[in-house]
Amino acid sequence: MTTSTTGYKVIGTRPLRHDGVDKVTGRALYGADVQMAGLLHGRILRSPIPHGLLRSLDASKALELPGVEAVVTCADLTDPGDRIAELGEGAVNLKHLSSNCLARGKVHYKGQAVAAVAAVSAHLAEEALKLIAVEYEGLPHVTDVRAAMQDGAPLLHDDLVTESLGKPTGKRSNIAKHIQFKKGDVAQGFQQAAVVIEREFHTATVHQGYIEPHNATALWNADGTVTIWCSTQGAFTVRAQVAELLGIPLSRIKVVPMEIGGGFGGKIRVYLEPVAAALSKKTGKPVKITMNRADVFEATGPTPGSYIKVKMGADKDGKLVAARATLAYEAGAFPGSPLGPGAMCIFACYDIPNVHIDGYDVVVNKPATSAYRAPGATNAAFASETVVDELCEHLKIDPLDFRIQNGAREGTRRADGPVFPRIGMVETAQTAKQHAHYTAPLGPNPKAQISNPKFEKAGDGANLGFEISGLRVPRRGRGVASGFWFNCGLKSSASASVNADGTVSLVEGSTDIGGSRTSIAMQLAESLGIRADDVRPAVGDTDTVGYTDVTGGSRVTFATGWAAYEAGQDIKRQMIARAALLWGVQPEAVAYEDGTLRCLSDDKKRLTFKELSEKLHATGGTIVGRASVDPPGVGGGFATHVVDVEVDPETGKVTVLRYTAVQDVGKAIHPSYVEGQMQGGVVQGIGWALNEEYIYNEQGVMTNASFLDYRMPTALDLPMIDTVLVEVANPGHPYGVRGVGEVPIVPPPAALANAIYQALGVRMDELPMSPGRVMAKLLAKQ
Amino acid sequence: MARVWIPPLLRDLTGGRETATVPGANVGELIEALEQQFPGVRGRLCPGGALRPGLAVIVDGQVGRLGLLETAGPDSEVHFLPAIAGG
Repeated sequence: MTTSTTGYKVIGTRPLRHDGVDKVTGRALYGADVQMAGLLHGRILRSPIPHGLLRSLDASKALELPGVEAVVTCADLTDPGDRIAELGEGAVNLKHLSSNCLARGKVHYKGQAVAAVAAVSAHLAEEALKLIAVEYEGLPHVTDVRAAMQDGAPLLHDDLVTESLGKPTGKRSNIAKHIQFKKGDVAQGFQQAAVVIEREFHTATVHQGYIEPHNATALWNADGTVTIWCSTQGAFTVRAQVAELLGIPLSRIKVVPMEIGGGFGGKIRVYLEPVAAALSKKTGKPVKITMNRADVFEATGPTPGSYIKVKMGADKDGKLVAARATLAYEAGAFPGSPLGPGAMCIFACYDIPNVHIDGYDVVVNKPATSAYRAPGATNAAFASETVVDELCEHLKIDPLDFRIQNGAREGTRRADGPVFPRIGMVETAQTAKQHAHYTAPLGPNPKAQISNPKFEKAGDGANLGFEISGLRVPRRGRGVASGFWFNCGLKSSASASVNADGTVSLVEGSTDIGGSRTSIAMQLAESLGIRADDVRPAVGDTDTVGYTDVTGGSRVTFATGWAAYEAGQDIKRQMIARAALLWGVQPEAVAYEDGTLRCLSDDKKRLTFKELSEKLHATGGTIVGRASVDPPGVGGGFATHVVDVEVDPETGKVTVLRYTAVQDVGKAIHPSYVEGQMQGGVVQGIGWALNEEYIYNEQGVMTNASFLDYRMPTALDLPMIDTVLVEVANPGHPYGVRGVGEVPIVPPPAALANAIYQALGVRMDELPMSPGRVMAKLLAKQ
Repeated sequence: MARVWIPPLLRDLTGGRETATVPGANVGELIEALEQQFPGVRGRLCPGGALRPGLAVIVDGQVGRLGLLETAGPDSEVHFLPAIAGG
């Protein structure tokens, strides 16, 4: 299904990625590859307790160790005070940001950075950490969101009072913020309902799990300038954060974004960069710090665990009439969970006349949470989409028909107020319903087929499995779920210079996480009418490209692509002027079509882009197109997923048999990369759904801070993820682009929960749906 | 005049009113007009003279990029919502 323009020459094709050879040959340079003369190695001393006062710190013995060159603590960072700054993608409390880099007087989670050492080798730096004497005064801790909300819970911050849109509550609490949305009259709405379902859900803390750990190398030059090489989603936000934390002007800092091995929202906030810079300032030498996996788990931002209560009602015809939700998200040690978007997404897939949503941002003694792919939306969708499935069951309505009937569409007013423009929610449900996956028989489990040739229709939801010689055999189920994510616009810059051989060198400011170099280059190529591989894209550092916001919010192909498009228009205007000069006509008499310039008054006068490029030096010099944009017109993204599972009732193990992700992508610039984003999002959603979680012991310590024990899915766990691109063009973008990277992580947990229900007849209400939790549900049912 | 949707947590200042139609060419002027009708609104939305950190203004369905300077037309619809930060 497509409503987007199809007459493109470059857009919609699948050229080889420009950075492909470097990536597959291992020549691409990542932050840990940075080497230079005199390089020192830094390591971080981390808190062994989840909550406590820092009474004293003595680094004298560490400094006596030969080869150790410096130790830094919070005293080496500027005390920013209790100030909030807009740094790139959002507001940041600088006191919290600074304390998260190096604790100031108190530790709020196990793993929080307390001090850092620079030494001539990483091993020596590690040894030196053991020589730093720190005296802690332990305090009671709390790691569960609901426990943290109770009166009498240990308070993480002496000065934290609940903020309720500026209304002073005066009450000290772990609840940092209360938000609320209302639409219609929810009490009256529920009175119209024939079926009302109310359920409670819990989701665990999970990590983005990017393969490349955080790293930073800093060189504080003798002239007071600082250069930082790091793995980041946004060089400019690193620059802004470091400037604030070190108290030096932006112009003194250059941030060089290295290739990045995944971010997903977790590489926006700084952790190591200001610390490496402070160590470099003290030593006068370059300092590199890299995290290990335990550091990444324990000291960088995962996504919040949550408690969500959802109540939804539909009338006898299956029309949603009312919905109510309460969301409590763990912010971690400092306020700032993705509560807002979670609350705004929870019912966004549907047109519901009466809605009431309350949300609470709650601090707990865990690492400060960060964004993770559609932050907040996956938790929320797990709850609402599971309740929708239960409504469909009671109403005996096909779940995709229910979504087609109730789905949000152009003109639907969201629960938080604004009205949707042209969107593709209903189209994703329609496409899923017509897909061969959804219409295919679910298929019996082979063993069950032996037992019972007339395998029961999937969805009976009541049978715990067939018995063969006393052993229950696995059962299969199919589930569906939908999801929404807003996507973002924000600011991007690009410049492009025309080379004499007809190619164009493009410099853009978005670090490339998912193939965006190529999707941006393709938009420039399309605008100029040249081939994608005639554009040579590069990601600039903060001194070589204009301000560009982070690679996040599914915004890069939309906004940086828009900047490239505008840079292309700038080049076209200048090329037309050059052709007019050559032909002795006014620019209005020159047409630019498909990469060819044509004189309107003499059809014999034509120059291809390449031919004119050769003449630029003789007609005034090279041409540089440039653009800096902050575009409106962001198009939200919807997805509907279908999944088949097989569940072993003896072990509770869930095996994903088949997965199909249908998504409104606006216009797929490079379909392979769009498909890759969808597949990656689904896989992360499956991991979140079935296995991943931070497991804490009673001492508030994470007990599974390694990839051995933090179970992420591998290729062996998964089938090929089938993708279906629905193209409902975004009218707000020159090429119809919508962000695609985040929404695919939203539906999987709910889709899997609904499939497990169809297989076993038990409703899962807690993530992850690990074998133990599935078994607990089964045993409770028995 | 633009139609401003009052955030539910601000309705203690508006007597429960969900929307208000007020004059103003930009968001700052709309908030000033709201302040005249509902004293206290300005301080809650714009402490320190700028939009509250973490708050976004939505004009006609689009996230405002200019804060209080974001223009609003006579038929505009204005919302104040949590700012979105993606991953």
